[in-house]
This record gives sequence, structure tokens and C-alpha cells, in this order.
Amino acid sequence: MGKAELPLHAPGTQVDKGYIGQSVPRPNAQRLLQGRGAFTDDLRFPRLAHVAFFRSPYAHARIRKLSFENAVKSPGVIAVFDGPKVAEYCSPWVAVLAHLKGIKSPPQYAIAVDRACWQGEACAAVVAESRSQAEDAVQLIEAQWEELPVVVDMEESLRGDVVIHQDLKDNVCFKREHDTGGVDEVFASADVVVEETFHFGRHTGVCPEGRAIVADYNAAEHSLTVYHATQAPHMMQDIFSRHLNIPEANVRVIAKDIGGSYGIKVHVYADEMATAAISVILRRPVKFVADRLESFLSDIHAREHRARVRLACSKAGEILAFDLDDLTAIGPYSVYPRTSGIEGNQVVNLTGGPYKHQKYKARMHVVFTNKNVTCQYRAVGHPIAVALTEGIVDLAAQKLGMDPAEFRKINLVPDDAYPYTFPSGIKFEKLSHHKALDLLLRTMNYSQLRAEQSRLRNQKVYRGIGLAAMIEVTNPSPAFYGVGGARISAQDGATLRFEPTGMVTVMCSVTEQGQGTEGIFAQIAASAVGVSMDKVRVITGDTGVTPYGGGTWASRGAGIGGEAVLLAGRALRTNMLDVAAQILKLDKAELDIKDNNVINRLTSEPKLQLQELGRVAYFRPDTLPLDFQSELTVTRHYTPRQYGFTFTNGIQASLVEVDPDTGFVKLLKHWCVEDSGTVINPMLVDEQIRGGVVQGIGAALYEECLYGPDGQLLNGNMADYLVPMSGEMPDIVCAHIETPTLQSQLGAKGVGEAGTAGAPAAVMNAINDALAPLNARVTRMPFTPERILKALGKV
Amino acid sequence: MEQALNVTMTVNGAQVTRSIPARQHLVDFLRDELGLTGSHIGCEHGVCGACTLRVNGEIVRGCLMLAVQADGCRVDTIEGLSDSKELEKLQKAFHEKNALQCGFCTPGMLMAAQDLIRSKKKATREEIRAHISGNYCRCTGYQAIVDAIEEAING
Repeated sequence: MGKAELPLHAPGTQVDKGYIGQSVPRPNAQRLLQGRGAFTDDLRFPRLAHVAFFRSPYAHARIRKLSFENAVKSPGVIAVFDGPKVAEYCSPWVAVLAHLKGIKSPPQYAIAVDRACWQGEACAAVVAESRSQAEDAVQLIEAQWEELPVVVDMEESLRGDVVIHQDLKDNVCFKREHDTGGVDEVFASADVVVEETFHFGRHTGVCPEGRAIVADYNAAEHSLTVYHATQAPHMMQDIFSRHLNIPEANVRVIAKDIGGSYGIKVHVYADEMATAAISVILRRPVKFVADRLESFLSDIHAREHRARVRLACSKAGEILAFDLDDLTAIGPYSVYPRTSGIEGNQVVNLTGGPYKHQKYKARMHVVFTNKNVTCQYRAVGHPIAVALTEGIVDLAAQKLGMDPAEFRKINLVPDDAYPYTFPSGIKFEKLSHHKALDLLLRTMNYSQLRAEQSRLRNQKVYRGIGLAAMIEVTNPSPAFYGVGGARISAQDGATLRFEPTGMVTVMCSVTEQGQGTEGIFAQIAASAVGVSMDKVRVITGDTGVTPYGGGTWASRGAGIGGEAVLLAGRALRTNMLDVAAQILKLDKAELDIKDNNVINRLTSEPKLQLQELGRVAYFRPDTLPLDFQSELTVTRHYTPRQYGFTFTNGIQASLVEVDPDTGFVKLLKHWCVEDSGTVINPMLVDEQIRGGVVQGIGAALYEECLYGPDGQLLNGNMADYLVPMSGEMPDIVCAHIETPTLQSQLGAKGVGEAGTAGAPAAVMNAINDALAPLNARVTRMPFTPERILKALGKV
Repeated sequence: MEQALNVTMTVNGAQVTRSIPARQHLVDFLRDELGLTGSHIGCEHGVCGACTLRVNGEIVRGCLMLAVQADGCRVDTIEGLSDSKELEKLQKAFHEKNALQCGFCTPGMLMAAQDLIRSKKKATREEIRAHISGNYCRCTGYQAIVDAIEEAING
């Protein structure tokens, strides 16, 4: 399939796609390059107060008494609040969704009331003239605690000997079973059955910028303006409105520059809700910025799964069935409002996803523990599902003595089988697994790499090649959250305003987190209207300005927000042509807009400059017919609805070298072939994929939040929690197949999470491929040197 | 009580004198007292490099140096080196190659990259990767950053 046909203008007809498909640099990068961005902590406010939190030192303890006597006397302190006081202004929440049947969670308060359930949970707030003064006073809070039994291990949690929330009767937040039927029979009679248990370490996003919020309550208006490092301004507007009891229209959420999000900044955080409540109480602006240590303790964590997976196949190499048993632990609360049941649910939906077997059985439990909460983080569930699938697929290929690429070729869903329903119930519009595999093998020169690997093995150099095919959720419809009762918008809107000088202002409800949404919206708007990109200005991240929408999550910005911009751009162009037809006294059908001019559609002869059109429309409409009114601001919305999700597909490969003496893994190269539909800006897409891959490599090799048996986080700082740095990362080769979605005119699917989804599996398979001649195998991420040496029997 | 000291330093070419609390870090002083918010605070324990500054020509972590230690020093920040155009070539290469996404690490990354450019005429990709290995970027995967620095340094 070639590029999407996007005829934008008459001249050049079918092939004129304007800026769409071009690697144009992002206009909004300039301010960031000069240190002149506006991150939330950069903003300045009169009478700003700073809040610091007194956090529980215990993983589970009853708060017997909190004494603020010394803290309130500390220099600069304005006020100190406990949970009950803040609860008078901010109501608690329960994070459940109706379509996750049976999910349960206790009420969570902005500041803990009565009991702390994880180390780091905020139990009191100190407000002072400066952050350092607030932190000084936090040290002076005296607390009396009664330690409670701690549940840290998820198997122990599932057994339920100790129940964390007595009212809930057991520790199971959510469970799901899925069975196509006939699975046990297939396993009983299959030629080959392979089984493996995989472990996935709990890790976290480590956004370069900590969570940040400035809440500014205006008592005269009973209005709240929140400057917030968030991915979902409208969702937060709704949340602040409902839980602080302020009318929705009186709440304005502004998300300016945001220093990395990756899903971390799309959730409701208790300390941020407390900050907003305190602004209401004190009637002044209040700021909270999570420092690095409290980020590790309170930003959502993710993953932490133990999963047993079985695969049955024939001697000929045909996969017949998958059987999954997944267990995941989420901390003491399901996180509001998306819930912490989604990741496990996605693992059930997606495991086995690229392959054409018809039998599938899955069982999944989500349990509570006394660790920090977990929730949706970049690629939600995908890294688990892809690693389970691709790990067990490689094991089956090994058992059959088949090349892993060949085994995949036999089993991937054929490119002409769509639309297709996978045994978990999810539907694919159109995927391109075989084209992607072929392109990958060509791009990486697979057979040559295999020959080199074999040659080097004779010299005791252990290289491994790992493949990972994947499917990915993008452009979610209301089926993701809305149907479950969450007030999270699956639709987005764009307003385009033609300015008198011939410029176009775009206001869109999808936010910019650095991935380049504002850049691609400028590309789409310029292309659709017929102006050059320097004439377009994009505004996002302000509920007081943009249309209503969901924001940035689940790889939806380009596919949903981009479509809204395209539709609005086309509507604006036709409205501009109406004005031009009146000014020129010509038939509208004879006209088009290109390169900032109204032109003759057939001859391309310039007829009217756009600034002249603007001048007449805005300042001399008296020269236009009495029955004509120009409409040069238009708004359009878009919601994907035909499919629950617009699935994409891709495949990655990793080349590694393992040192069997030290257990170190050297990443030599990484490849990713991705089909994300219409590519709007290849440069931005590639660098987003690469960033995602590196995040996935972090999960595979370095990152894990380690907890002691008492529920204490052992490595909650950047010296002990390792993240990928430039020195160890490989160059990453990207290539694309473009199968546009036919649900939209733009044809774009999502791409933001692809890299993270597949990289851990590719790296795991590469390591195990390298270790195969040494009869060793690793299945517990991250694959630290110690774990590799253990697998080799050397420690 | 917090002890404060009178300190004079030259920040982006302009002399400033302030009474500075002894415990205040240089990056906090620049951000909170001078409003130079281009230097970012990422970890406050010297790992992430977002606060990388130049003091007397050497790059330092603004979160590991106390402001009072800069008494008598020349301090250069991203804002100053942008206005003086010293970073122009690097910034152009970063922009053209999309060597930034969220931009939070970018000022520190540019300071580290410029330090390499000042010390070497040419650099291999490995040398570039090693030189910026103390600057954390979560968005890009580093490749475009290496590409951009390579272009700026090797032309």
C-alpha cells in the first residue's frame, strides 16, 4: 500500500499533500532550544505559596496522632493541614469502571485519613513562603504511628492471608477470564507444547520534569485556574470541578510546556488534588513540584507482572493455541479515573495478537499491595503481552528447530485476511505483518547477520538476534474509558481562525508533550487551508481556549486531533473561498487557495492575496453583499467509532552481544519497522519511535523499583535506579509501511508507544539467542548482569 | 536562622550582587532570584544534567554547586549563550534534526555539547555519546542528539 491519497487542492490534484509526509522541523522547538519555554515551575505568581508534603515512612500504618505544634512555628510557614481538614474541601474518589466487571477499590483521599497504605503517601501538607521553608517545617511534624501488617509480594497478596482493605474482603482488585473454548483439548493433543513463566520488574516513567502544579483560586469569582503539567486538561477540569465543588465553567486548566509525560501525567495524584484544595482554603496561588525523591515514591509505577504462558503447535510449526495466566500488583489503590485494571486487561486482549491461532484461554488477577500505586504508563500492557508472546514463540521455534523468522512467517495473520477478529475479541481493520517482517529482514540483512553470528560463536563471541512482532492499540474510541463511565473524552476538536493578515490560528484539544503535535497540526492546517507553515500558529493545552477533548494518551494525538485539524482546515478553506468569490465576483468553483493566494483552479493564476481577503472580510465587509456574512472561524470534531481501537502493527529486531564472564549485554543495533498509517512527519515519527525503543530497553536491562520485605523502596533515586543514558544506547534504524486507516480522511494511526511496546521483547529474545549455545535462558526483567550470570550458573 | 552571605558574580556578562542564603544552590539562585528559568531542575543530586551551567568556562551541575561558591565567578546560562549566539550552530542542528522533544533536558544537553565543541575540533559518535552520557533525555533515544552534535562539530 502506498501513501495515503490526500488531495488537498486542485492544482496537482491527486498527489498534492502539501506538508503532509514531509520532515519539517517543529516551529515550537525554538523557544525550548533557548531555554525560553514555560514549564510550570518557570511561571511566576504574586503571593505564591509553596507546599511540601509529610509522607508516610511506613508501607502500612495507622496514623495515631499528628502534631503540628513545632511545624507551624517554623519560619515562613503559612499553614499545616492534615487529611480530614483537606477532605472538607476535596471529596475522595473510587477508581472503578463499569466495563471492568467486578473491579473494586477503596476511597482515596487527597491526604491520607486515618491510615497510610504505602511508603511515600502524603499524610500532611505544609504551606510556606518558600519550598525550602516548607521542607524545613515538614521535618518538625511529629507523628505517632501504629505499624500494620505489610503485603509486598503479589502471590502472598493473592493468597489473602493478610487483607489490606478489610471492607473489600480480599486483595483482588480485578480479575478477568477469557476462553474461546477447546483450548485444553488442543493442548492435550498438540505435537509440541512449550511453557514459560516470565517476570516483569516494576518500573516508572522518570519524567525529566517532576509533576508540577500551580493552583490559583479566586474567591471573588469562585473560580480556579490550574497551571498543570498534565496530558489531559479537560479531564482534569472535570475532576477539579467535581471534587472541589466548583462549577466546571469556573475551572480553567492550562498545560504549558511539559517536561516529559509518557503516561505519568495523565492520572489524578492525591498530592496535586491537595494542592488545589489548599489554594481554595488559603485563597491564593499554591505550587507543588514533585522533587526526584518524591517522584520515585509517588509518580505512578507500572508493569510488575508474573505471567505463565503456554503455546501449542503442530510439528509443521503451526501455532494452535495460547494459554495465559497473568498476575499483577498495583499498590493499595486503583488509580483515578482510568483505574489500574487496564494494564492487565490489555495483557489479556493482546497476548498472541500477531498470530492466526483460533484457540485462546486467559486468566488474570490484579491484586493490591502496600507499595506505590501503578497505572497506565507508555504502551500500557503491550510490553508484557509482546514479551510473553514473542518469548514463547521463540521457545517454540527453538524446540522445533526452526528459524524464528521462518516460524513467524508461517504464523503471522496474512496481510489479506482483514478485517479480522482475534480470539480475544479485538478487531483489526487492516494490518501488514508480512510486509513488515519482509521489510525488517531486508533492512537488517537478516541472513548475513545469522551467518556472522554463527562465525563469531566459533570464536566464543556470543551474539544474539531477537525479533518481536507486535500489535498496538491506537486512536481509541469511547470503548476504552467512556463506556465504563469515565468522563474522559474520546473525541477531540480543532478550531481554525483565519486572521486579517492572512495567518491561521489553530486551537486544538490534543496537547503537546514534546512529541510534536503542534508541529504536525501546523503541517496539516497549512496544507488543508493552502497557506505556508510560517503563517500558522498553534495553541493547545488550555481549557479556556481550545475545543473540548481528551488530550494526549493511547497514541491518539495525530490520528484523532490531526483529523479534527484536517476537517476544520478544509471547512475554513471553503469558507475563505466563499469570501473570495464575493470579492472577485467569480464562481467559487473556479477558485482554490495555494501558497497564501486565492488562485484560479485550472490555470493557477493568482487572483487575490489572503491578507487582502482578510482586510475586506474583517474591516470592509460593507463592500460585500448585504446577504453575505463571512465565517472565518470554524470548528470541527472527530471521534473514531467504527472500531474499538485502530490497531497498528510493527516488528522490531535487536542485535546484542553478551559477555558470559561479566553478564554484561552490549546493544549493537536495533531496528523497527512500523505501520502507523499515514506518516505526517517522518523525522518526528522516527525520533518518537527511537525514544520509545530506548524506554523499552530501559525496562529490559536497567529499570526496576526495588522494594524490601517491609515495603520500603530501596532505590528511589537516579543514582540507584538506572535509566538509559547515551553511552550505552545503540543506533536505531526505522522503516515504515503505510497502511492508512480508512476511518479518517487523514489516515493516520498512532505511533507514540510502538517503540516501548516491542523493544523489551526484542532485547530479551536477542539475549536468549546469544545464551542458547551456553544452555542458559533469562525470563526475569530487567536482565541485569547478575541475573544473566545466575542463568549461566556462575554466581 | 538561615545564614546569608553577600556575593557578587557575573551572570551572562552582567554583574549581580545579592545576599544569598548559604544553603542555596546555584541553579535555585539563578531561577528564583534572577528569573533565569532556562536551567532546569531535574534530580537535584547531580545525575540528570538538566541544570548544567558554565562557571568560569567549565560546565558544572547547578544543583551540586552552592550559589555562594560562585562568588567572583563568571556564570553562563542557556539564555546568555543563546543571546551571544555562541550556541547558534548547535541550536540550528538540534532544530533541523529534531534533537529534542519535550525540551526539558535541552539546555543542559546544549551546554554539555558546546563544552565538547570547545575542547575538540572533531569527534566520533562514540566520543559524542560519552561526552553527553551524564545528560538524561527520556524522549529522543539520543540518536538525533548525537546526529546534531556530530553535524555541529564536524560540519
